Amino acid sequence: MFRSMTHFVKSFTLFELFKGLSITGKYLFKRKVTIQYPEQKTPMSPRFRGHHALRRYPNGQERCIACKLCEAVCPALAIDIEMEERPDGTRRTTKYDIDFFKCIYCGFCEEACPVDAIVETHIFEYHFEERGKNVITKEELLAFGDKHEAEIAKRKAADAPYK
Amino acid sequence: MTLELFIFYLFAVITLSSAVGVVTARNPVYAALYLILAFFTSAATWVLLEAEFLGVVLVLVYVGAVMVLFLFVIMMLDIKIDTLKEGMVRYLPLGLLVAVIVVAEMIFVMKSSTFDRAIPEPAPLSIDNTKALGEILYTEYMYPFEIAAVILVVAIIAAISLTLRRREGVKKQNQGEQVRTRKSDRLRVVKMDSEKRTSTRQEERS
Amino acid sequence: METLTTFLNSFLPEGLSAFIVIMLKIVAIMLPLILAVAYTTFAERKVIGYMQSRMGPNRVGPKGWLQPIADTVKLMFKEIITPTKSSKVVFFIAPMLALAPALAVWSVIPFWDGGVLANVNAGLLLILAVNSLDVFGIILAGWASNSKYAILSSLRVGAQVVSYEIAMGFALVGVLMVSGSLNLTEIVKAQGGGLLGWNVFPLCGLFVVFFISGVAETNRAPFDVAEGESEIVAGFHVEYSGMAFALFFLAEYASMILISTLTALLFFGGWLSPFGNTFADTPILSFIFGDGFHWLLLKTMFFLFCYLWFRATFPRYRYDQIMRLGWKILIPVTLVWIFGIGIAIAYGWQPWL
Repeated sequence: MFRSMTHFVKSFTLFELFKGLSITGKYLFKRKVTIQYPEQKTPMSPRFRGHHALRRYPNGQERCIACKLCEAVCPALAIDIEMEERPDGTRRTTKYDIDFFKCIYCGFCEEACPVDAIVETHIFEYHFEERGKNVITKEELLAFGDKHEAEIAKRKAADAPYK
Repeated sequence: MTLELFIFYLFAVITLSSAVGVVTARNPVYAALYLILAFFTSAATWVLLEAEFLGVVLVLVYVGAVMVLFLFVIMMLDIKIDTLKEGMVRYLPLGLLVAVIVVAEMIFVMKSSTFDRAIPEPAPLSIDNTKALGEILYTEYMYPFEIAAVILVVAIIAAISLTLRRREGVKKQNQGEQVRTRKSDRLRVVKMDSEKRTSTRQEERS
Repeated sequence: METLTTFLNSFLPEGLSAFIVIMLKIVAIMLPLILAVAYTTFAERKVIGYMQSRMGPNRVGPKGWLQPIADTVKLMFKEIITPTKSSKVVFFIAPMLALAPALAVWSVIPFWDGGVLANVNAGLLLILAVNSLDVFGIILAGWASNSKYAILSSLRVGAQVVSYEIAMGFALVGVLMVSGSLNLTEIVKAQGGGLLGWNVFPLCGLFVVFFISGVAETNRAPFDVAEGESEIVAGFHVEYSGMAFALFFLAEYASMILISTLTALLFFGGWLSPFGNTFADTPILSFIFGDGFHWLLLKTMFFLFCYLWFRATFPRYRYDQIMRLGWKILIPVTLVWIFGIGIAIAYGWQPWL
C-alpha cells in the first residue's frame, strides 16, 4: 500500500525524470574531454607501432641480413622477402615488401628481428595516393629509416631498459 | 468575377475532380489520398462560407484522425489490384441501379422545401462562430447533443467489447507492473570476500 | 506596415497591394524561422555534445558557427535517389506534405500584441487541425519508399501521433476554459498581471501533458520510435537523400520550434513579462522588463533547450509503453484536470482571474 503510494507520488511529480535531467544538466558545465586532434595530441609511448622502417648501422651498412624471421612470424603474411649473396659474401635482401593493407601493426616483426633492422616508428599519419602504393618496397623502407633515424634511435633507447 | 467566387470555383473544381479520383484510382492508397484532398478542399469551401469552426473540425477529425487510420489499415492490407477488378462487368448493372437510386433521392431531397429556397443573408459577424455554435449546442440543442454523445459512447464500448477477447497462452507484458518494479526486486548484490591469489603467470615466469 | 500599405496603394490596385503586403509578412516570418531551424540543428549538436563531455561541431567557421550552412550546402548538392518500385509521385509529395503544415501553422502564431499574420478566431483549433496533417507526410513517405523499415516506422508514427493528439487536444481544452477564447492573442492577454497570471499555475498538470505530447507529436526523443536508429535504421526517411531528406529535417525542427512557441504562448504568457508593470515608469528598464517579443523568444528558447535536454537524457520508450503512457496516463490526467477546472469555474472559484 505504502509502496504504491510512493510510486504514485514519485511518478506524478516526475521525480526520476528530474533526477536524470539534473545529471545531464550538471555535465553541461563540466570540463570537456575532447582532444582537438591536429592541434592537440595525446602523449605517445616510445613503443608505439606505426609506419615501418629499415635501419642501417652507423657506418651506412644495411642491418637486415635476410634471415626471414619477420616473414615467418608475421601473422598477416604482409612481409615478402627475397635474398641473394653479395660479392663480398654477405647475405642481403633483394626485395623487402610490406603490404600495409595486410599489416596489422602487431610489432612481431620488430621483436623477431635479431639485428633490430625492421622497426615500427612513431609515425602513424601517412596515406597512399595510388593503387599499389600500399606495398612499401625495400628502398622506401630504407629511405624512411634514414629520414627518421634520430627519432627512432631516441625511442629505442628510451624503451631499452624494459626489454 | 470577384476573388471570392474565383477561389470558390477553384476549390469546387478540385473537390469534384478529387472525388472522381477516389472512385477511379486503381491503387487504394491513391484513392484514400484523393479522399483526403476532397475533405480538405471542402473544408476550405466551408471556411469560405464563414463556417470556420466546421471547416477546421472537418480537417481535425476526418483528415487528421480518421483518414490516418484509414491509410494505416490500407497500407497493412495486402491488396492485389487485379483481383479487385474481377467481376466488374457482372456487378455493373446492380451498381448502376444503386447509383440511379441515389441520384434520384438526392434530386428529390434537394428539390424539397427544406433545401430549395433562397439563400438567406449571412448574419452579421458580431459574435464569433465557434462561440455561437457552442452556445446553441449547450442551450437549445442540449438534449440532442447529449443523446448523440451517449450513443457514440455506447458505440465505442460496443466496438471494444466485441473485439476484446482474452486468448490463452499469449505472451504479453504488463507495462504498469514493469514500470513499478524497483532495483531491489530484480537485483541482489552479493558481498563476497576476495580470494587469495594462488599462482599467477607472472610468478611462474620469475 | 500601415505606411507601406498606403505607399503601395498609391500606384497599385488594392487587391494587389494587399497581396504584396501579405507576401512580405510571410517572408518576414519564414526567413527567420528557417534560419532558426538551421541554428537549432547546430544548437542540438552543441548542447548534446556538451552534455556528453564533448565539444560538438567547432571546425566550420568561427567556433563552428557556419556548420549549419555547410550542412545545407552539402544536402543541396547531393543526388536525390528514388528507390525502384517506389511510387514516384507520392515519394516526392511526401516531404512537401510534411513541411507544408509545419510552416502553415505559423500564420496564426502571434509574436507580440498584434504581430500576427492572420488573427483567426479559432486559432487554437486551426493549429491543432493543421498540426495533425503533419503525420501524412511521414506516413506517405514510409509507404512510398517501398521499404520494410520505412513502412514499419510510418505505422508506428500513425498510431503514436493519433494517440497523443487526443491528450494534446484535451490539454488545450483546459487552456481555453481558463482563458475563455480560442484566439491566441486573447489567450495571451488573459494571462496578464505578471508571473502569477500565467496559465501554468492553474494548469500545471495540463502543461506537463501538453509538453510531453508535444514531444511525442514531433517524434523527438524519448518518443522517437519513428526514427529508431537502433531498430529500423532511420525509419520513414531511410530512402530519402539530398534536399528531399532536408525537407523532413526542416519539418521536424519547425514543428519543434512551433511546440516550444505554443507552450510559451499558452502556458507561460507569451510575450508578457513576468514582472508585469513593476518597471513601467523607469525608461530603459521598462523596455527590458516590459512586455515584448524578447520574452517570447526567451521562453521559446528555453523549451527548445528542454527538447535537446530530453534527448540527451532519456532513453527511447518502448512502443507499448508509449501507448500506455498516452492512453492510460496522459488522457485520464487531462480529463480529471479538466473536470476540476470545470467545477472551479462553475463555483466561481477562479483565483487566476
